[in-house]
Amino acid sequence: MIRRRLLMLIPTVLGVVTLVFAFIHLVPGDPVDVMLGETANVSDKAALRTELGLDRTVPAQYAAYISGLTTGDMGRSFAYRKPVAELIVARLPATLELAGLSLVIALLVAVPIGVVTAVKKGTLTDRVGLTVSMVGVSMPNFWLGPLLIMFFSIKLGVLPVSGRDGFASLILPAITLGTGLAAILSRMLRSSLLDVMGAQYLQAARARGVSEARVIWVHALRNAALPVITILGLQLGSLFSGAIITEAVFAWPGIGTLLLTAIQSRDYPLVQGCVLVISLGYVAANLLADLAYRWADPRVRK
Amino acid sequence: MTGRGEGKFFRIAVLAILAVMAFGAIAAPLLSPYDPSELHLEGGLEGPSRSHPLGQDKLGRDVLSGILHGGRVSLTVGVLVVGISLLIGSAIGFISGWMGGWVDELIMRIVDILLAFPGILLAIALTGVLGPSLKNVIFALCILGWVGFARLVRGEVLSIKERPYITSAKVIGASPTRIALKHVFPNLVGPLAVQATFSVAATVLAESSLSFLGLGPQNVPTWGAILSEGVDYLIFAPHLALFPGLAIMITVLAINTLGDDLRERFDPVEARRRG
Repeated sequence: MIRRRLLMLIPTVLGVVTLVFAFIHLVPGDPVDVMLGETANVSDKAALRTELGLDRTVPAQYAAYISGLTTGDMGRSFAYRKPVAELIVARLPATLELAGLSLVIALLVAVPIGVVTAVKKGTLTDRVGLTVSMVGVSMPNFWLGPLLIMFFSIKLGVLPVSGRDGFASLILPAITLGTGLAAILSRMLRSSLLDVMGAQYLQAARARGVSEARVIWVHALRNAALPVITILGLQLGSLFSGAIITEAVFAWPGIGTLLLTAIQSRDYPLVQGCVLVISLGYVAANLLADLAYRWADPRVRK
Repeated sequence: MTGRGEGKFFRIAVLAILAVMAFGAIAAPLLSPYDPSELHLEGGLEGPSRSHPLGQDKLGRDVLSGILHGGRVSLTVGVLVVGISLLIGSAIGFISGWMGGWVDELIMRIVDILLAFPGILLAIALTGVLGPSLKNVIFALCILGWVGFARLVRGEVLSIKERPYITSAKVIGASPTRIALKHVFPNLVGPLAVQATFSVAATVLAESSLSFLGLGPQNVPTWGAILSEGVDYLIFAPHLALFPGLAIMITVLAINTLGDDLRERFDPVEARRRG
């Protein structure tokens, strides 16, 4: 099963690489003209054309791109005059830190809300919970971020406005990024819990004298968590792309802001590198969620 | 989501919000107190006042007029992208499920590749490479948009393809197009409507995100772009970030709530579970 899952990844990864490779050929007009400006001198243009490999045929460029990737070579950034891989590796920890804490916050918020709204289904608490989570789903993080800055940084002055300087500077970006995910997860967990709520094994546990709290938090939650793990894998996509926007709001020096500056300076090799790394990271995260699901569910584990 | 009486009230409230938003977008040129690109440099970053109810931006442009015109952009993109995606995605999904074999395999691999790009990353990259414009935003969002519809329709086709009524339709010589229109899509009106509604909300959010990042349509006011300018002036001009963000959230929230409501109508199992 796992081998098949891994084999299925090969065409996907190859497709992603091919699409990312094609980016530079999607640039309207001559990418060299776009990057340097049409008035640049001829020898500079020729040098850049050689550096980007654009003087070769497309199949040769593709072959060179793939063989470069196998050794971790993603080309050279045109604006920074450094290898793309080096720039990305330098920015990666900041993004992982942000995504990691956001995930933790999302789970810490979503699990209690999901459980409480499921247990109190149909009551006022449930409705308030559902409404709040719908607001969370609909809240753009490029608005939530500024609102948090206005309140915590400007009004109360307790947290930094932007930048990356210690744990305090991570809190607002992580809340901003984690909110949407928390909202989605709590709704998923609620429906998943409601699915298992009537199950006989819960009745059996109650009959054995297991406390109601233990029935819900241990027996029901464990089974309800399974489908949520799969959804979590897919929803990590919102975390990955949301990180780009959140980093832009808070000037967080991660891979998202690197991608945006690369787009602004028409640094196509760097754009390609960032998009590739973010997508492959997402593919890997999905695979991990899938493996976690197999590990957590003995029926699938076989 | 809510009891019967409240449900009705809720529905009316949501529809009213959407009607106001749509009316504001359509009638923007008539309703706007100013031309949204008209500069009033002496009033730069001024907060809400009698003459400018939602304040002014850096160059003194009227924020209310900007938001009304920005709504045109967001709703146009939302409706166009979802319309195009719905048509193309349904057709591709039907072909994929109906033909099966290598055609299905190929289409599903393309779907996998597109889904390997998280969220709007591909749209950010495409508009970044192609250059920011209304046309490119619509193109980039359609590239993402058709996938959901294709998967929905393909699933339905696969589940009914071998049923007797489809086989008999084939035997009496019904064309695939006829089968698609008479037998497949009528079953799908509900799920497609639900999916389309949520897609409009997601598209409005995506367009605003692209505009916020400076990758949206240029030379027209957009909610994302006004909000983006507001982020630079949170201390002196909080209104500039507040109002466009509120417009985005209310719109997206109303459309999502409508989607939830539609899902309850078309999916009784889900509805029962949600109480």
